[in-house]
Amino acid sequence: MAELLQHLVNGLSLGTIYALVALGYTMVYGVLKLINFAHGDVYMVGAFAGYYLGAVLGTDRRPNVGKAALVTMGAMAICGALGFVIERFAYRPLRHRARLTALITAIGVSFLLEFGFQLNPLVRTPIEFPPGPAPRFFPALVDLGPPLEPLGATVQRIDVVGFVVAIVLMLGLQWIVYRTRFGVAMRAVSFDSQIAGLMGIPVNRIISGTFMLGAALAAAAGIINASSRPRIEPLLGLMSGLKAFVAAVLGGIGSVPGAMVGGFLLGLVEEFVAGYTSSRYRDAIAFAVLILVLLVRPEGLFGKGRVEKV
Amino acid sequence: MKPVLRSLLPFLVGIPLLAIAQALIPPEYFLWIVAIGVNIVLAVSLNVVNGFTGQFSLGHAGFMAVGAYSAAKVSLALAGVRVPGLPEVVTDELAFAVALASGMGAAALAGLLVGMPSLRLRGDYLAIVTLGFGEIIRSLIENTTVLGEALGLQGLPKRTNVVWLGVSALATIVMARRLAVSTQGRALFAIREDEIAAEAMGVDTTGYKVRAFTISAAYAGLAGGLVGHAIQLVTPAMFTFIRSFEVVVMVVLGGLGSVTGSIVSAIVLGVAIEKLRSLEQYRMVIYSLLLIVLMLLRPQGIFGTRELWDLRLFRRLPRPRALAATPGGASPTAVRDEGGRGGQA
Repeated sequence: MAELLQHLVNGLSLGTIYALVALGYTMVYGVLKLINFAHGDVYMVGAFAGYYLGAVLGTDRRPNVGKAALVTMGAMAICGALGFVIERFAYRPLRHRARLTALITAIGVSFLLEFGFQLNPLVRTPIEFPPGPAPRFFPALVDLGPPLEPLGATVQRIDVVGFVVAIVLMLGLQWIVYRTRFGVAMRAVSFDSQIAGLMGIPVNRIISGTFMLGAALAAAAGIINASSRPRIEPLLGLMSGLKAFVAAVLGGIGSVPGAMVGGFLLGLVEEFVAGYTSSRYRDAIAFAVLILVLLVRPEGLFGKGRVEKV
Repeated sequence: MKPVLRSLLPFLVGIPLLAIAQALIPPEYFLWIVAIGVNIVLAVSLNVVNGFTGQFSLGHAGFMAVGAYSAAKVSLALAGVRVPGLPEVVTDELAFAVALASGMGAAALAGLLVGMPSLRLRGDYLAIVTLGFGEIIRSLIENTTVLGEALGLQGLPKRTNVVWLGVSALATIVMARRLAVSTQGRALFAIREDEIAAEAMGVDTTGYKVRAFTISAAYAGLAGGLVGHAIQLVTPAMFTFIRSFEVVVMVVLGGLGSVTGSIVSAIVLGVAIEKLRSLEQYRMVIYSLLLIVLMLLRPQGIFGTRELWDLRLFRRLPRPRALAATPGGASPTAVRDEGGRGGQA
C-alpha cells in the first residue's frame, strides 16, 4: 500500500512537469502545425534562469517565499522573452516557406541552446555564463521543513507546492484560452490562420503570444522540477522534451486539456512501470508509449482525426 | 549499357584502384580515410530519406549503433571459425562480409519497426520519433549486460581497410543513384514534391516511405559495422545524437536530394573536423548556427537537388548517358509558398 502510494506521488510529481512542458508543444502545434523542437531546451533555460536569479537574490542563504515567487516569475519572463526571440528570428521568416525549413531551423535552435549552454563560461561576473557542461545544483528556494509521511509514503513538501502551482498555472491557461479575447484569437488562428487574418486578428502577434505563453509554462516546469530534483545540466531538455512531446501526442497534439491529461498519464505510467519492473529501462517506457499511440490511435486521446485536404 | 553492368561498372573500375590506394596510403592517414568513407556512407544514405523523400530522420546514429553491435556480435562469434580448404585470409574476409551483412540486416529491421508507425503520419513525427529512437537504443545498450553496457564490446578484429571502405561508399552511391533514376525513386520524388498529389496519383506513399527509410537504415548499419571494425571497439558513446546531427548537417549543407552534394560536404566536414580540433567545443554551436543561417539564406544547401555534373562548370564536358538523367525537381526546402493556411496545412 505504502509502495503503491509512493509510486502514485512520484508519478504525479513527474507528470506535473510533463504536462506543463507538453502544453507548450501542443499550443505551438495548434497555431503553427510545427513541432517546436527547441521547446525542451526552453525548459532547460528556465531551470538555469531560476538558478541564476536565485544566485543573484541570494536564496541559498535565506530562502523565503517572496524570493521564490520572484525567481519563478523572473524565469518565466526570461523564457517568455526567449520564446518571443526564437519565434521572431528563427521561425517567422520561414513561415511561408516549405515545411521542412522550419523543422530544420527548429532543430538548429534546439542544438544551439543545448551546446551553447555547454560552452565554457565566457562571462564570469556577476554570473558564470554559459554554465558549461558540468551539472549544477539548484538551490532550495523555500525552506519547508521535513517531508510529510501519509500512510508510510514520503511526500516532499516542495512537491506538494509544485503540484499546486502547476495546477494553478493550468487553470490560468484554461481561463486564458477559453475566456479571454486572446484565447479566442488563438483558437481562431489554430483553426485557420488565413481566415483569422482576414477577420482582423493580428496573426503574428497571436503566434508570438502563444510562443511566449508556452515558454513561460516551460520555465515554471523547469523551476518546479529543479526544486525537487536539483541536478540541472544543459542536456536536461533533451529527454524531458522528448517525453513531454510523447505526453502531448498521447493527449492529442493541439488539444490543451489533452496535454494536461497526457502529461499526468505518462508520468504515472512511467513511474509505475519503472517501479514494478526495472528502472534501468525507464527512458524506453515513454518511447514504447509513443510507438503504441502512433500505431493504435495517432490522433491521441482528445485529438480529432483530421483528413488532409488540399 | 545494361542496368546490371551499369551497377557493376563502378566496382569493376573501383576495386583495383582501391587496392592500389590501399598499398600506397600511409597508415597514419587511415583514420582520416575511415572518417571520410563512413561519412559518405552515412550522408548519402540519409539523403535517401531526407533528400529524396522529403521526410526528416534524425536518428541515423541509432541505426548505426544497431548495425555496429550486430556486426560486432557476429564477428566475435565467428572469430577463429575456419572453413577447411579455404585459406585464412579468405575466411577472415568472408566472416567480415557476413558480419557487415548481418549488421545491415539488423539495422534494416530496426528501421522497419521504427518507420512503420511513424511514417504512416504526415508531418514532423518522424524527426522526433527517430531522435527518440537514437537516444533510447543507446540507453538500452548501456543497460544490457551482453552488449557490454557503457564499456561496449572490445577486441574486435581489425578488418576495415581502404578497399572495404571504398566498396561500401561506392555501394551506397550506386544504390542512391540507381534509386534516383528508377520507378521507386520517381515515386519518392513525387512524395517529396506533394504527398497528397502523389497519393491521388496512386502512389502507395506509406509503402514507398517505409522502404526508403529501411534501405537508408541498412546503410547506416553498414557504416556502424565499418567503424567498429576500424577501431576494434564499439561503445554506446560513439553513437550519440551528436553523430546523427553531424550527418544531418552534412546532408542539408550539401543539398537535400543531391548525392554529390552529400559526398562533397561529407569530405569537407570530415577534413574540417580533423583540422579544427582546437575549436572542438564550438563545433556543435557552429553546426547549429550553420543550419539556421542556411535555412534563412540558402535553404536548398550548396547544390540544391542538382548533382555536381549539372553545374555550369561541368556542363560542357562530354558525359555518359547514365549521368544525363538527373531527376530535377524542387528541393524539399526550396522557397515555395504553401498558402499560409496554418489551420489546414
